[in-house]
This record gives sequence, C-alpha cells and structure tokens, in this order.
Amino acid sequence: MYTAAIFLPLLGAVLAGLFGTRVFGGFIGERLSQIVTTGLLFLSAILGAIILWQVASQPNSSPVTVPVFTWIASGELRIPWALRYDTLSAVMVFVVTFCSAFIHLYSIGYMHGDSGIARFFAYLSLFTFAMLMLVTADNFVQMFFGWEGVGLCSYFLIGHYYDRDSANAAAIKAFVVNRVGDFGFALGIFAVFMLFGSLDFGVVLPGAQGLPGKQIAFAGTLVDGQYALTITCILLFIGAMGKSAQFLLHTWLPDAMEGPTPVSALIHAATMVTAGVFMVCRLSPMFEYAPDALALVTVIGAITCFFAATIGLVQNDIKRVIAYSTCSQLGYMFFAAGVSAYPAAMFHLTTHAFFKALLFLGSGAVIHAMHHEQDMRRMGGLWSKIKPVAIVMWIGSLALAGIPFFAGYYSKDIILESAFGAETNLGYFAFWMGIAAALMTAFYSWRLLFMTFHMPYRGDPHTYERIERTPWTMMIPLIVLATGAVVAGYLGYKHFVGEGWQSFWGASIKILPTHKALEHAHHSPLWVALLPVVVGVLGIALAWYAYMTSSRFPERMVAANEPLHKFLLNKWYFDELYNAIFIRPAFWIGRLFWKGGDGKIIDGFGPDGIAATTIKAARRVAALQTGYVYHYAFAILIGVVVFVTLKLIGVLR
Amino acid sequence: MWQIGLGHYLTVAAILFTIGIFGIFLNRKNVIVILMSIELMLLAVNINLVAFSWALKDLVGQIFTMFVLTVAAAEAAIGLAILVVYFRNRGSIAVEDINVMKG
Repeated sequence: MYTAAIFLPLLGAVLAGLFGTRVFGGFIGERLSQIVTTGLLFLSAILGAIILWQVASQPNSSPVTVPVFTWIASGELRIPWALRYDTLSAVMVFVVTFCSAFIHLYSIGYMHGDSGIARFFAYLSLFTFAMLMLVTADNFVQMFFGWEGVGLCSYFLIGHYYDRDSANAAAIKAFVVNRVGDFGFALGIFAVFMLFGSLDFGVVLPGAQGLPGKQIAFAGTLVDGQYALTITCILLFIGAMGKSAQFLLHTWLPDAMEGPTPVSALIHAATMVTAGVFMVCRLSPMFEYAPDALALVTVIGAITCFFAATIGLVQNDIKRVIAYSTCSQLGYMFFAAGVSAYPAAMFHLTTHAFFKALLFLGSGAVIHAMHHEQDMRRMGGLWSKIKPVAIVMWIGSLALAGIPFFAGYYSKDIILESAFGAETNLGYFAFWMGIAAALMTAFYSWRLLFMTFHMPYRGDPHTYERIERTPWTMMIPLIVLATGAVVAGYLGYKHFVGEGWQSFWGASIKILPTHKALEHAHHSPLWVALLPVVVGVLGIALAWYAYMTSSRFPERMVAANEPLHKFLLNKWYFDELYNAIFIRPAFWIGRLFWKGGDGKIIDGFGPDGIAATTIKAARRVAALQTGYVYHYAFAILIGVVVFVTLKLIGVLR
Repeated sequence: MWQIGLGHYLTVAAILFTIGIFGIFLNRKNVIVILMSIELMLLAVNINLVAFSWALKDLVGQIFTMFVLTVAAAEAAIGLAILVVYFRNRGSIAVEDINVMKG
C-alpha cells in the first residue's frame, strides 16, 4: 500500500504518456487517458488518506521505511531507493494526492477541447509522482531526484501551450530560476556528505546535534561544527528559496501563470512550491542547530510575505493576484519555520493547499466562463451568472484572509502568534510584516472578488451573453476543496499545532527545548491573537470602500502615489533589475564567447584556420607548377648550380 | 701568335653551353628550338670531354663522347617524333601553349 500510493501516479503517467499520445499510435485515446490517470490518482489519494490515518494514529512511532531497491552502490556511498513514512511525509502524501486527484478531475472539464489532453494528463500525473518521490525520500539524493522531477514537469506544464512564445519563455524562466536554487541545494547536499559521510536521513538528522562545538575539517579548513552546519543549512535553504519562490528567486512564479489554470493550482499552490517549506521542516533537526540559518529563513520569509502582498495589491490579471498571494503565504510558512514553529508551517501548508487550490481552480472557472479572459478590469457582475463559483471563491478568500473559523484563520493565527512568541527581534519583525501582509491579503482578495463578481460588467458585451455554465467535473472539485477550506483548519488544529502536536509529529520534527515559539503562541496576549482578524476585516472593509462605493478611492490613490503605483505594478522592478544584472551580462558574455572565443579563436585558429592556411599554401605551391618546360629546366639548372656551388665551396664532400 | 690551349676549348664549350641555356629560357617560340638548345648543351659537354681527353692523354673521354653523341641522336629522333605526334594532336608546338601540366 505504501508503495502503491507513490507509484500509481507514475503508472498513470506512463500509460497516458506512451499510449494516450501519439508515441505508440495513441490507441487508448484521450478519453481513456483522462479516466486512467484520474482514476489512479483517486486510488492513490484514498491510499494516502489511509496512510495518514495509520501513521497519525500511532503516536511517537518510528518512521516506516519501505525499501524499493538499491540505486547507487559505489564504494562507501550507498544510496537506496526507499520510501520513508513518518507523520511529515504522510501529511504531505495526503495533501499532494488529494489536491492532485481533484485537480485531475477538474482538468477534464477545463481542458475540454484542448489539443494535447493526453500529454497534459501524463505530465500532471508525472508531476504528482515526482512530488511524492520528493516527500517520501529517505535520503538527500532521492529527494533531489524528486526535486528535479517537479522542476522538469513544471517546465513541461508551464510550456503546455508550446506554440505561444510567452509560455515558452515562462517555462524556461521557471526552469532557469529553479536551477539557481537547485545549485544551492546540490552544494548543500555535497556539504552534508562531507559533514556526515552519508546522505541517509536516518544518519544525518540524528547526527546534526553532535556537530556544534566539535572541530571538523570543512571546505579545506578546520572550523567549528556549528559554523559548517550553518553554511550547509543556508545552502540547502537557497534550494528551498528557488523552489518555493522566495524573495530574490520569486520571479518565476507569477510568469508561470502562462500554464493552464489547473497547472497553476497543482504546481503553484498545492505542491511544488511547498517543497521548500517541506524540506526545511524535514531537515528541522539540522536547522535547529544552526540558529543563523534559521534567522535567514525568518528574514527571507518575512520580506517575501510583505513584498509579494504589496505587488498583489495592484495586479490586474486574476491569476497573477493569486500567484502573488501564494508567494506571500509561502513567506508566512518560511518565517514560521524560521522561528522554529515547524508544525505551524506545515499546518499552514496544508490549509493553504486547500484554499489556494480552490482559489486557483475558481479563477480557472471564471476564466473558462469568460472564454479565456484573464484581465479583471474586463470582468464584473459575474455573481448572477456563475453563482456557485462566486460562492466558493468567497469561501477561499475568507480562508485566505484568515477570517475566523475558516481554515486560514487557524493556521495564519498560529504562525503570527509563534512569530510573536519567539520573543526575538526577528520574530517581532516577522510578526509585524505578517500583520501588514495580512491587511493587504484581505484587501487584494476582496479587490479580486469585487472586480470579478460584484462591480458592473466592463468587458465585451458579447462575451457577457455567452458566459458558460461551469461543468460538473469542474464544480465537484471546487465544492470538495471549499469544504476543505472550511473545515481543514478546525480538524487539523489539535493535531498539527494544538495540545497533541508532539505526539502527532513524533520524531519527524525536532524543536529544541530552548525554542519556545510554538508554546508561547498558545499563551500570547489577547491583542496578538485578535490583531490578524482585525486587520483582515479592516482589509475587507477597505476593499469594499474602495471598489463598491462611489469613493473613487483607487483612482485617487493611484494619482496621489503615481511612482509607488508604478513601482508595485512593475513588481518592484525585479525583472528589469535581473535583466540588467544577470541576463544582459550573461548575453554579453555568451556573445563574447560565441563570436570571440568560439568563432574567432577556436574556429579561427582551429578547423577553419588550418583549412584556410592549407588552401592558401596549396595555391602558392600550385602556382610554382606553371606547366612551361623552360621553368622546369630553369629549376633543374638552379639545382645544378646550387649543388656545384656547394661542392666547390666544400660544403658537400 | 697564341697557342690554342685547353683554356680556349673550355671557353668555347662554356659559351656554347650558356647559349644553350639561354636558348631554352629566352625561347618563346617553339619546342624545336628547345631541342636544338639541348643539343647545343650536349655538344658543349662533348667539347669539354674531348678537350680533357686530349689534355690528359686519356681516350676514355673520347669514347664517352661517342656514347653521348649516340644518345643525343636517339634523343633527337624520339623528341622530334613526339613533337610530330604532339602537333598532330594539338595543332601547335608553340612553347606558350604547352602548359597543360600546370597546377
């Protein structure tokens, strides 16, 4: 069962990919590919639920490891292929398979009439498999396999519309930016091997506590173990930053909205971007002994959550608003992990998976109804047309904004309280950043709702008449996820972060007794507990005042703060900055090496040069052979004269 | 009057040889002149041989001259034969035109 839950999606991907597409003639067809992949994924989700129930119901149990086969055996290095099931991976397997199954179902409706359905479903399943591989990994190399697998599949899926230039560019961007992070991750893995001599989680994670205070050889010098561990953790965190679209490596996430909406929901809400958060939680026994690395995690998380929220305020593309909100929520998860509240991070990850998938799929339903219109400025008045979608979008937004008793309320509250409870300057910094982001989150969520559903319609009147009803394959996932967005927080609170969190997580998450953020969170002052809700409501009220009254508030704000608006609209000019710092120099260096290095030097002196010189020399030599008899005779004579001269002066004897 | 000695013979031979060489190079007209020049050079060599044979009182030089003359006659015959065939084929024996072998 443990193995089947992971490999069923792979089976689906192989069946759909090889026999559904034209690779082997496509004899199972598109319809059957959809049914096979979706069916297998649902099976896998059921297994995932059973596994979660089994693992979670045995508190404090040691992790179950299911060996599959030996992957690499080279000298001392032994890397098995094994599935590690503890609470952490069981939660992730459940979240991933559950969301993915409903996204598969949704895609049947959404992708109707697309030209590459079998391919799309194959990649969706393959992506799910890679993510499952990542979360159940028993060692760093296997995790890296899954890590790269999701990167590759996200490339395929973002570039699904491969005939569009923008989709190709976005796919390449996602891949390349992830590469930057993966480079850090790979270096981190090397460092781990250097420190521990093993890449097995079973060896590395318990081994981390022995490092601080020990002198060890690291990177050519003898350093304190703590220092080496900090460097390693920072390198690993750079990998997490790339995958989880954190500040500085976030640029790929909004562009990835070029992919079909189910892809956005699967990759950029529920699974792939959470890989970084998961990794930090999985490696909590290492990070706990590297306080400086944790501080970096906190700072990056706090900055991301604030910065992404500011951009979300002014975006007009419905999917981009949600994309930045994802980015922002990932920031929450990271600073939760940074203050050692890993359970809170995992809790938010889980609830977020529900309501963010819901929001993405809901926006997909809006886009579907609007015949692929994504600009919110050309929407409005959809409330009366697609009421079910509007209701689930409301639920998703309520959960996102952290309004009481929806899922996001529990998880966001505990994160902010943990940040406050850490009682460090960084914790307070993260707390206030989080509060500011919460205000903006509520504002832009309702800005989205109002502009889409409640303001008067502003688009093409022709489109408004042809607005499509949402098919049931799309509506069922929305309803299920909406249910999740309502109840997930309430159901999970006790186990994930409540009284029983220690027995629930068991050995899979380690928090030093001196790191009391999560404990303090339960005894935080009343105003700390209430503030997130207050700013959430305030944000909603502000959005209502701005967009639903005749205040003309947005126009006045834009007019008054034109430079700021431009700054936010252009996403803090990060794309332009990276263009100037990295891309243009890279192009310049590339051109230098291409034209100068390769063209002029290598080709010039190498193949082309030798060929040209030979031809030139041959021409000259050939010119000697005139064909005139007297020239030859002259040559003979010269030769004779030379020989005679040499003989006479005594050189030849 | 002067006594005709070895030096005089050698001078004549050298002059003849040089004329032969220049005959080959300065000639732009036809191949027969080249053949004639070669003949001239061979004769210059023969004069040398005979002169030294006389001066050194050794008959080998004169015998060698006989061989050279024989070979020269054969060469002239073959050369002219080739020329005739060549003229039949190409319609010209001008030296300028004989450069098919150029690179």
